[in-house]
Amino acid sequence: MKKTWFVVSILLAVAITVAAHPGTVLLNAAGATFPYPIYSKWFDVYHQKDPNIQINYQSIGSGGGIRQLLAGTVDFGASDGPMSDDQLKDAKFKILHFPTVLGAVIPIYNVAGVTGELNFTQKALAGIYLGTITKWNDPEIAKANSGVSLPATDIVVVHRADGSGTSYIWTDFLSKVSSDWKSKVGMGTSVQWPVGLGGKGNEGVSGLVKQTPGSIGYVELIYAIQNNITFGKVQNASGKFLKADLVGVTAAAAAAAKDMPSDFRVSITNEPGPAAYPISSFTWLLVPAQISDATKRDAIKGFLKWMLTDGQGYNEGLAYARLPKGVIEKEIKAISLIQ
Amino acid sequence: MTSTATTIQHAAPPYSGPRAFVQRLRHGDEIAHLLTLTFAAGILLITSMLVWELWANSHLSRAKFGWTFFWTQTWDPIFDNFGAAPFIYGTLITSIVALVIAVPLGLASAIFLSELAPRKISDAISFLIDLLAAVPSVIYGLLGIFVVVPLVRSWLGPLLINTLGHLPGIGKLFAGPNYGVGFFTAGIVLAIMVVPFIISVSREVLLTVPREQREAALALGATRWESTWKVVVPWARTGIMGSIFLALARALGETMAVTMVIGNDPKISASLLRPGYTIAAVIANEFTEATGDLYLSALIELGLVLFLMTFILNGLARILIVATERGGGRPS
Repeated sequence: MKKTWFVVSILLAVAITVAAHPGTVLLNAAGATFPYPIYSKWFDVYHQKDPNIQINYQSIGSGGGIRQLLAGTVDFGASDGPMSDDQLKDAKFKILHFPTVLGAVIPIYNVAGVTGELNFTQKALAGIYLGTITKWNDPEIAKANSGVSLPATDIVVVHRADGSGTSYIWTDFLSKVSSDWKSKVGMGTSVQWPVGLGGKGNEGVSGLVKQTPGSIGYVELIYAIQNNITFGKVQNASGKFLKADLVGVTAAAAAAAKDMPSDFRVSITNEPGPAAYPISSFTWLLVPAQISDATKRDAIKGFLKWMLTDGQGYNEGLAYARLPKGVIEKEIKAISLIQ
Repeated sequence: MTSTATTIQHAAPPYSGPRAFVQRLRHGDEIAHLLTLTFAAGILLITSMLVWELWANSHLSRAKFGWTFFWTQTWDPIFDNFGAAPFIYGTLITSIVALVIAVPLGLASAIFLSELAPRKISDAISFLIDLLAAVPSVIYGLLGIFVVVPLVRSWLGPLLINTLGHLPGIGKLFAGPNYGVGFFTAGIVLAIMVVPFIISVSREVLLTVPREQREAALALGATRWESTWKVVVPWARTGIMGSIFLALARALGETMAVTMVIGNDPKISASLLRPGYTIAAVIANEFTEATGDLYLSALIELGLVLFLMTFILNGLARILIVATERGGGRPS
């Protein structure tokens, strides 16, 4: 009995010390799942660097992140898509967007007799997902893949079933390259898909594609790299067929950096430039412009600065593309807007 | 419940005032009464709060779509147009398929375990079945993806299309194309999930049938099977029905395993082999990323619809049980 009390009091003492450690700043954040691996790495490294700052991040999804931020239950949010004008107008306080890393989305497929990389024109991808291109040997696909014998089988379209930033980037791209897509379907984290099956998560989509003959789907570049999945090349705005890699994604962002709007809410799909991979996007941290608690404010500003400089060094290790220099410079200036 | 409460009130001493209350508290009965009453009221409170939350938070969607929500087939988060029809359809169809497969299977197993198998074997198997009931649904989902989906795509699906698919009328249920994911696959996975409930509860109920009932039937010259089918099973009918509705309730609300194998396409199709969607699955998939107010409200209204469906089906179950009790079975 005595021993139990001893253990309990020790535990209590430890809990109290941890909770009330003087000078510890605890920041709560929530949002996007796509950048979660790099965010948790950053928050962990930053905590080791400055033990007084601890950041809790819950990857509950971009929509949830935005809602929590608007409700004031987190100190900052994270989202794969920028907040819309309406959302910003409805918010009770001003919200700043800070791009953190870049992600890309790539097409994967399972076609009988095809083992290599297929080329997809912009029209082909839009047509397939609209349901107007239904056979693998359609001229729009065949003309970009001379030398590959494409079967006359039906195309089975696979998309994400859960709302996700991946779908946001994919539909953003399709909206830019096809006016039909823009008017009939639109862009968003979930849309009304004209055709196809839904898989849950990257693993759900790639699982369905792997299992279903004649299927095509889309997943995050990181997921394909980590799982050694063969994926297709996509035609960019200059007409070149590019296989997505981290360099191409950063190139797309650099092209966008030249006329970056001051609030960083920008889409970088289908950017001009021969080296720019067309289906990529920033992901953002959403930070209130006014933070009344000075210690929290300094902690967030300090973290943002570190993230934009030293933090970017961790990106490639986790297969995220770095932010281009031009964007980083603009963001560092924007940190001073937090007051 | 009522009779117990009155007994306690009669048993309590006829004092009044605070002193009497303390007096009554000394007897454990009053404490037990208050405690159980509080907890019972708590359940009622939770249920009504649940309905209220769903009702209040679906206000936007109810105001905009009204009753059309029930039969609209569109689900378009971009142009803010929402309808529940494909999800209601998918939820009902997958549950029906699951019960069509699971009820005969579960009932037959339960009869074997309670009536025919030696007690030792019966107990061992029942233990394993109870374990099956405790397996998390995501595991059944994986089983679905890696076993049932390929099986339906390359073997069961083509078999059904080539045989039943040619029949007039019923053939529409088994028309291609067959991707392996869809209502039918989801129904099979749900059947595997709910069958342990049916077996486990039905076996317990069958075991409670008095020995005299069996002996009387046998004494009248009935065979073993006649005694089981005509006497034991009707006696246990209410309990067996209960097990089936428990299974139905689980099938209606199952989320993870269904979304992994149903194809997640909000469309109404006659063919069971086509992909579909269920209410629970769409809520789980889209809730986290739902940003628009109307979108969120429509998802919450879907939750309300699911609650309503469970409520109606439970009501029907009650009516069915009362109706069948009149036609014989255990006197109560």
